[in-house]
Amino acid sequence: MQVLFTLCGLVAVGFVLLITIYLVISGIPAIREIGLFQFLFGKTWAASQDQYGILPLILTSIYGTAGAIIIGVPIGFFTAVFLAKVAPKKVANVVRPAVSLLAGIPSVVYGLVGMCVLVPALRSWLHLPAGDSLLAAIIVLAIMILPSIISLSETALEAVPREYEEASLALGATKLETYFRVSAPAAKSGIAAAVVLGIGRAIGEAMAIMMVAGNVANMPALTKSVRFLTTGISIELNYSQDGSLQRQALFSIGLVLFLFIMLINAFLNLVLKREKEA
Amino acid sequence: MRRKIYEIIGRVLLYGCAAITAGLLLFLIGYILFRGIGGINWRFLSTAESVINGTVGILPAIKNTLFVIIVSLIVALPLGVGAAVYLTEYARNRRFVTAIEFASETLAGIPSIIYALVGVIIFCTALKLQKTLLAGSLTLVMMILPTIIRSTQESLKTVPQSYREGALGLGSGKWHMIRTVVLPSSIDGIVTGCILAVGRVVGESAVLMYTAGMSMAMQSFSIDRLAGASGATLTVALYHYAKENADFAVAFSIATILLILTVIINFSASFLGKKLRRS
Repeated sequence: MQVLFTLCGLVAVGFVLLITIYLVISGIPAIREIGLFQFLFGKTWAASQDQYGILPLILTSIYGTAGAIIIGVPIGFFTAVFLAKVAPKKVANVVRPAVSLLAGIPSVVYGLVGMCVLVPALRSWLHLPAGDSLLAAIIVLAIMILPSIISLSETALEAVPREYEEASLALGATKLETYFRVSAPAAKSGIAAAVVLGIGRAIGEAMAIMMVAGNVANMPALTKSVRFLTTGISIELNYSQDGSLQRQALFSIGLVLFLFIMLINAFLNLVLKREKEA
Repeated sequence: MRRKIYEIIGRVLLYGCAAITAGLLLFLIGYILFRGIGGINWRFLSTAESVINGTVGILPAIKNTLFVIIVSLIVALPLGVGAAVYLTEYARNRRFVTAIEFASETLAGIPSIIYALVGVIIFCTALKLQKTLLAGSLTLVMMILPTIIRSTQESLKTVPQSYREGALGLGSGKWHMIRTVVLPSSIDGIVTGCILAVGRVVGESAVLMYTAGMSMAMQSFSIDRLAGASGATLTVALYHYAKENADFAVAFSIATILLILTVIINFSASFLGKKLRRS
């Protein structure tokens, strides 16, 4: 029996190896043909002209993720403090399942609501020719990363020893000062983990932003139609010829995205490990 | 004075942000229901799309979703539970444990578009399954495996050591002990893991769009026909209607169904987990 269970355990390792190996094998040929520098720093992606530069995609992914973090993290953090420290039990017991519901809603549903509400609203507010833009994608991403930021920060805040807070209160600090200046710093590695997880979520999301970002491979600007690394793959995967340079270039984008994700994961593990030791 | 301002600003931020979160959720639910619930009726749920009659139905998408859930769980459940049992009951080798746990965390962190690519490369092309529901289900196995491993493992850890010692002391073998004592008392974690996995499968769209296709045609409900067919699940159907057909009424009706499913899945995950633990 032991052998069988060991095999089951090794399946997960096998999957990771399989994914890595296949991505590397399928991602390398196009990079070779295009040239690494041309591929990573080329400013035009146009399959019809055989130009495959993914700099706009990389920058869009970075800007989009940064934007989502800038909007999502403060809202998520304050909501987590509210849930963990301020909210009456009854309120918290209603909001908490609501947050996990937010986490469970499929990404296409976010995309749909974004398409029908956010995009037209942005168009009329900002007087744009079209509302499909980086800004729309940032807002959708910010909403999508909220639940993971809230629940992870809340867990971290609740793990802060009561004595810390009591000591601070006894020294004459108000409750709010205690939460922000004692509890939050004590929970900082947990909150950092929440932020890193949020970054991972945002950079990997494809479907929702494919529906609101317009998907033209422009250099990123808030009100322009943009293409992310993820949507760069998804928008052309169904149309590219099997074995063509275009399809191979999509695999190369996948490889770049995979490297980004592995970097973020490694960083997340580091943060979590530090928290465990602290 | 400064402390007073601090207090006021702090309070505004706290309550404001909590209100934003709650408001967002209420708006999302309200808006989806408002636009979608009117389109749901028996014909919508029980027929396929018919161009001749001009009617829309999502029965094929429901069948496809069920098929994908069942097949991916049948493969992933034994693997995941087995891996968790190995990690908590058998593992002696520290390096193996670290490797498996690292692999499981990595799998959980990989975004679905990467799974889509890998699925296209491995299952659709290398294994020649083409764009079929079977290829989609197998790709999803990789994705839901970490969910099942983690949930099972967590619950195996809470089984008191005395149970194991008692069983072994009574002369039971290790496998017998696991089968009759350890696994039954960690059934809550296994069930919760399954429900969470179902949630991920129901909500997944990118993977299935590229590995299982977007066909809305009706397939007969036999396993081998479905496995070899390409078909859209509910989420993919939503995308299809919203982005390619610009038929938002149908898209919102599917969104309503997905929303209801999400509520049911979330509720049953926490409810069943609690209930089974108590008994």
